[in-house]
Amino acid sequence: MTEYFLLLVSTVLVNNFVLVKFLGLCPFMGVSSKTETAIGMSFATTFVMTLASTLSYLINTYILDPLSLEFLQTMAFILVIAVVVQFTEMVVHKTSANLYRLLGIFLPLITTNCAVLGVALLNIYEQHNFFESVVYGFGAALGFSVVLIMFSAMRERLANADVPGPFKGSAIAMITAGLMSLAFLGFTGLVK
Amino acid sequence: MTTLIAILVIGLLGALFGALLGFASVKFKVEGDPLVEQLDALLPQTQCGQCGYPGCKPYADAVANGEAINKCAPGGEDTIKKIADLMGVEPVALDESHEQDNTPKVAFIIEDDCIGCTKCIQACPVDAIIGAAKQMHTVIADECTGCDLCVAPCPVDCIEMHPVKETPQSWRWDLNTIPVTHIE
Repeated sequence: MTEYFLLLVSTVLVNNFVLVKFLGLCPFMGVSSKTETAIGMSFATTFVMTLASTLSYLINTYILDPLSLEFLQTMAFILVIAVVVQFTEMVVHKTSANLYRLLGIFLPLITTNCAVLGVALLNIYEQHNFFESVVYGFGAALGFSVVLIMFSAMRERLANADVPGPFKGSAIAMITAGLMSLAFLGFTGLVK
Repeated sequence: MTTLIAILVIGLLGALFGALLGFASVKFKVEGDPLVEQLDALLPQTQCGQCGYPGCKPYADAVANGEAINKCAPGGEDTIKKIADLMGVEPVALDESHEQDNTPKVAFIIEDDCIGCTKCIQACPVDAIIGAAKQMHTVIADECTGCDLCVAPCPVDCIEMHPVKETPQSWRWDLNTIPVTHIE
């Protein structure tokens, strides 16, 4: 039990996918200008990442490994991710038309969020078992969500702040992201 | 041999996922666009056409597809604010082509000047004008939405827009005129 908890803390804070591993930066900059959108994106990504991580593990262990087809990993995982994203898009369209419109192109683009494929591949390289894969996927998504929501809250404030001309818009956002990344380095050594 | 198995595995996986998605797309089918319904509910339903669309529903449809949100003159600032909230965008001022004044009005026909051409009857979106050819027309004030679409077609300029008279039934406290200030 402790082992899973430590894995979760480690993925959320210490090895945060966005700020420490620098994966999934496109939605991190793209959907963070409003907190409401960021929260919606977080839920969608969490759902996709956890499910994709689990399914990828199952496919790798029960289909690709026994047939020694490991070279198909990337292709099979992308297939899984694309399906899960399509499914999520349908559910979001059905349940919240407004969120669907706000997320716009970023919803189908979760497919190309490298953090999602990253989780699936890292599960294999770090030789996680089934539950570790689920926790790792969920933890990575949770870390992504925490950082995305915090960052969007900061950007809402920055929109009202008196920023010097040359730093307006994306420039100040990049600097903020860099400072956040530095802050997250402070967690190094908390767990292995 | 490996190649064949690989093709087979990927093909089967693809077919399986395709079937899943097909099932999901039937299960989660979206009937119409719920956003349009919500927008339509916010619009005043005067069907006046001042926004350039034939009615409120077509305008709601256009807004959902990215048309400017500030074209509804009868709705005024309140409607723009509500639409902005729903769409998650910043409220903007009413379109400049409309006058800012949106006090409720009612059309009034100067009956001595009316020549009975029926042009205003054809223009009225809510059938609030009665009359026949070469007969004097008049406005049913209760039905009139104050959209001023009948003013332009009148060849003798005998239609005027009058503000709705305040009656004990329509009178409201005008609370906004009392300034609210925070005392330090």
